[in-house]
Amino acid sequence: MTARDIAAAVRSGDRSAVAVLEEHLDRIAARDEELHAFNLVTADAARAEAEAVDAAVAAGADPGPLAGVPIALKDNMCTRGIPTTCSSKILEGWCPPYDATVVRRLRAAGAIAVGKTNLDEFAMGSSTENSANGPTRNPHDTSRVPGGSSGGTAASVAAGFTPLGIGSDTGGSIRQPAAFCGVVGMKPTYGAVSRYGLIAFASSLDQIGPFAQDVADAAALFDVIAGHDPLDSTSIVDFEPVASDALGRGVDGLRIGVVRELSGGEGTVEGLSPDVLARTQEAVVALEAAGATIEDISVPSATLGLSAYYLVAPAEASSNLARYDGVRYGLRVDAPTTGEMNTASRTAGFGPEVKRRIMLGTYALSAGYYDAFYGKALKVRTMMLRDFAAAYEKVDVLITPTAPTTAFPLGERTADPMTMYVNDVCTIPSNLTGHPGISVPFGVGDDGLPVGVQVLAPALDDVLTFQVAAVLEAAGGPR
Amino acid sequence: MSERISRADVVHVARLARLRLDDDEIDLFTGQLGDILAHAADIEALDVGDIPPTSHPLPLVNVMRADVVTPSVDRDEVLAQAPAPEDGRFRVPPVLGEEP
Amino acid sequence: MTDFSAAAATDATPIEPTLPDGWELVVGLEVHVELDTASKLFCGCANQFGSEPNTNICPICLGLPGSLPVMNERAVELAMTLGRALDCDVRRSVMARKNYFYPDMPKDFQTTQYDQPTNSDGRLVLGDGFVVGVERAHIEEDTGKSTHIGGGGRISDAQYSLVDYNRAGVPLVEIVSRPDMRTIEHAKAYVEELREILIATGVSDARMEEGSMRVDANVSVRPHGSDELRTRCEIKNINSVRSLGRAIEYEARRHIDLWTSGSAPDQETRHWDEEGGRTLPGRKKEDADDYRYFQEPDLVPLDPAPETVAAIDAAMPPLPSARRAALADATGADPASVALLVGRGQDELALAAIAAGADADKVVVRLVNDLAVDDWSKVTATALAELVEMESSGAISATQAKQILADMTERGGDPAILAAARGFEAMDTDELETLLDGLIADNPDEWARFTSGDDADHKKMQGFFTGQIMKATRGQADGKTVARLLAQRST
Repeated sequence: MTARDIAAAVRSGDRSAVAVLEEHLDRIAARDEELHAFNLVTADAARAEAEAVDAAVAAGADPGPLAGVPIALKDNMCTRGIPTTCSSKILEGWCPPYDATVVRRLRAAGAIAVGKTNLDEFAMGSSTENSANGPTRNPHDTSRVPGGSSGGTAASVAAGFTPLGIGSDTGGSIRQPAAFCGVVGMKPTYGAVSRYGLIAFASSLDQIGPFAQDVADAAALFDVIAGHDPLDSTSIVDFEPVASDALGRGVDGLRIGVVRELSGGEGTVEGLSPDVLARTQEAVVALEAAGATIEDISVPSATLGLSAYYLVAPAEASSNLARYDGVRYGLRVDAPTTGEMNTASRTAGFGPEVKRRIMLGTYALSAGYYDAFYGKALKVRTMMLRDFAAAYEKVDVLITPTAPTTAFPLGERTADPMTMYVNDVCTIPSNLTGHPGISVPFGVGDDGLPVGVQVLAPALDDVLTFQVAAVLEAAGGPR
Repeated sequence: MSERISRADVVHVARLARLRLDDDEIDLFTGQLGDILAHAADIEALDVGDIPPTSHPLPLVNVMRADVVTPSVDRDEVLAQAPAPEDGRFRVPPVLGEEP
Repeated sequence: MTDFSAAAATDATPIEPTLPDGWELVVGLEVHVELDTASKLFCGCANQFGSEPNTNICPICLGLPGSLPVMNERAVELAMTLGRALDCDVRRSVMARKNYFYPDMPKDFQTTQYDQPTNSDGRLVLGDGFVVGVERAHIEEDTGKSTHIGGGGRISDAQYSLVDYNRAGVPLVEIVSRPDMRTIEHAKAYVEELREILIATGVSDARMEEGSMRVDANVSVRPHGSDELRTRCEIKNINSVRSLGRAIEYEARRHIDLWTSGSAPDQETRHWDEEGGRTLPGRKKEDADDYRYFQEPDLVPLDPAPETVAAIDAAMPPLPSARRAALADATGADPASVALLVGRGQDELALAAIAAGADADKVVVRLVNDLAVDDWSKVTATALAELVEMESSGAISATQAKQILADMTERGGDPAILAAARGFEAMDTDELETLLDGLIADNPDEWARFTSGDDADHKKMQGFFTGQIMKATRGQADGKTVARLLAQRST
């Protein structure tokens, strides 16, 4: 049952939100021990919210567009009085005294938050293996990773635990797990969704976005969470996109570019597997059949994204994560002086990937290296913005694979950070440019696991990504 | 192992970041950070002379709020999450070193 | 022969301590001021001194995970106002993060400005015309405050500390001067002048004792005639203008001693020890200064339109220097009196009273001597002018004028009515003449000293007769009339 169907049934009084919730809680109880999508299931709080929705319906009040729809929240969204941990030991048990803006918007829309999902610690990873709570498994094949860092949310939606989910995407953390788990995941334009209450990884790249089982549900969720928030200085003013209205518009007459460097063309990045490239090519053919014109487009600096990203994101992270010092909240390991206490707490509280990125970012910002690394990376961002702007003069949207491969086995890439990082090569450019991107399932790989195709659009053209994704979904491959 | 980052760099950076690494971790990080920086050689080598940096994807300016007092949060709710609350405040061990 | 030593002793200008021959002082000042806003820099918590610990806190100023800053518009306006008052260029600016660990700082970075400050390249002109360059005046956030428990409250010996974040996120401007000052008096005058500008513009209440104005001094010395900049030390913990002078002098002598003994000072931060009258080294930092500045990604640039800056200029109140010039121009009063009245903010009152026809000298004297009060809001310019006029015409005496002014300060009102209420009436000159003639007859020796003694004797006896008259009339006689009558009789 889609989120739209659930909301319609709850709003009309045909089904109670409580009954819908219990059905989903049962599914979680049946299978989450195996998958570990959730760090925490907040059944009682969810029941209270569901009862409130039912009461609103009974009273004739508008319970909101997502009335009674269970939703999974990535555990880096602050929820008042409910532990919010980023899957890190350093925040174990921490209860924020406030709700994230996205959480408030969802509640106002009648959605029922059922729990907090697992992630790579502080959203740093591409497999959800870097979690203090252990890995999440891919519902399609439990020996495989669900992708990351929003792997818990992706798994929850793929397993039918919740029709909807909220993730965050700093370098592909929504789109890549969506591709791995065979669901729809979308990263909005930077500033389209408020970051207030999203625990920061890399502030200039982080963006919250929707997960759903189909494009229309993702659009409905996007419509609820997008919009200006005065609590976020980087929130776009006067931007109230409505994606749900655009889904039937088709692609007739649209100009669609295939990014050569990310889709197996000349100068393409290494590591893109043939089956993924084949599905991407089939998606292009499907769009052409639906009336779009296709162009081969070069975005030369797209290949530099990975290097720029792995300097910019850790640099910002090193600063954002300084506050976990054992003074005000979270883990404290006692020591004779405050400085030693800071060090002891951070050493015990952060996992190896977080430490690695803090180290890398501290180094990239430090005196003598700033210009060579961080400063250069910021200039690469400018190059990428220019190259994408040039591409979007020729075409309306761009197509690439979402991830280089299908979901890989647990443990396969944990030893070598670089093999993990290349997972993000196709998704990273739109984080550096702030542009929107969506991953939509399109067939399966040679291993029978889902493949995702990515649609990219210029800033503020979020609605267009849904419009094109809806066509790809309809063309579909085997799922 | 790469010479892009030395063992001494790693030790220095760990101190700046308030992380303690044992010898094995120093070796591991020296190698891994070196590999990542080696990958970044593609941008290190770029001639980006007069290209301006982009710190931010959006060209927003002057986003401000009115100077209005709003309610503070409850002190007890905040202190309940603190490792060592005392007398309405946050207790810490002796502070060595100067405030910069 | 003019007695310079007597003049010097009563002059308000203190004497510049002399440093050993051949050495020149080089001082630059970094002044932090808290902006007079209602709320903090990035959140709606009250910007309030003296609240219960941790009662003005929220997720933002506590730096809780997930919170984001939003810039206070009024803080930016005040910062730009100060910038323009200091003749700075006000340009596009960005906030930056200064990264270092400190428990008073909730995010373990300070949000400040680095290479693109709001205000740059300004100057401050001191009362004597000396110009101090202002390198920058940038916006930043304040830190929380620790109380050190045990070890006599000193940070170095404390057993533990307790942190209060009420002050964290309070808006500050840091004004960084160029190292242009060569005397202690100029350093003190710079701080005094800056303080007056801050108050006049409403940017800050600039109270050093409450910490809303904090002064750090960068001190070095060099041989006279050299233009090198030698190793400097930054002196912190200076709590008054007087301490600033003492601290600079101590530090300069310490440097000279080191240089002359073939040694050299270390570049370091030192603390002023008020009781000991000395500077002490701070503990060495564990980490070298590597603040890893980068642009704050959670805030967007400040880019004031030319109209915004023009509006700030248009709304700029007259600055103390201009007000002093105007008052001096209108009154011809001595610089100390002029500075005093402008410092008290009574220049506007004085000028209005003069414009209403009052005698300028008398207005200045009355205000300087008799209006050293916090609240003089009940004294109107018209009433002041009338009071001075009554005094000038001899309708009331100087003593009576003082008393009436005190009444006006307390409850306001018309001086003529207040005079009547006190039963003050102008002394008849005939009555005074009779009284004076009687006094002369009763005190022939004193009268002889008045008429034929030397200058000093003459003055002394003038005082004697005036005093006797005042005593007899309970202060109701007009001093000037008495002097005139005495002069008439002595020729």
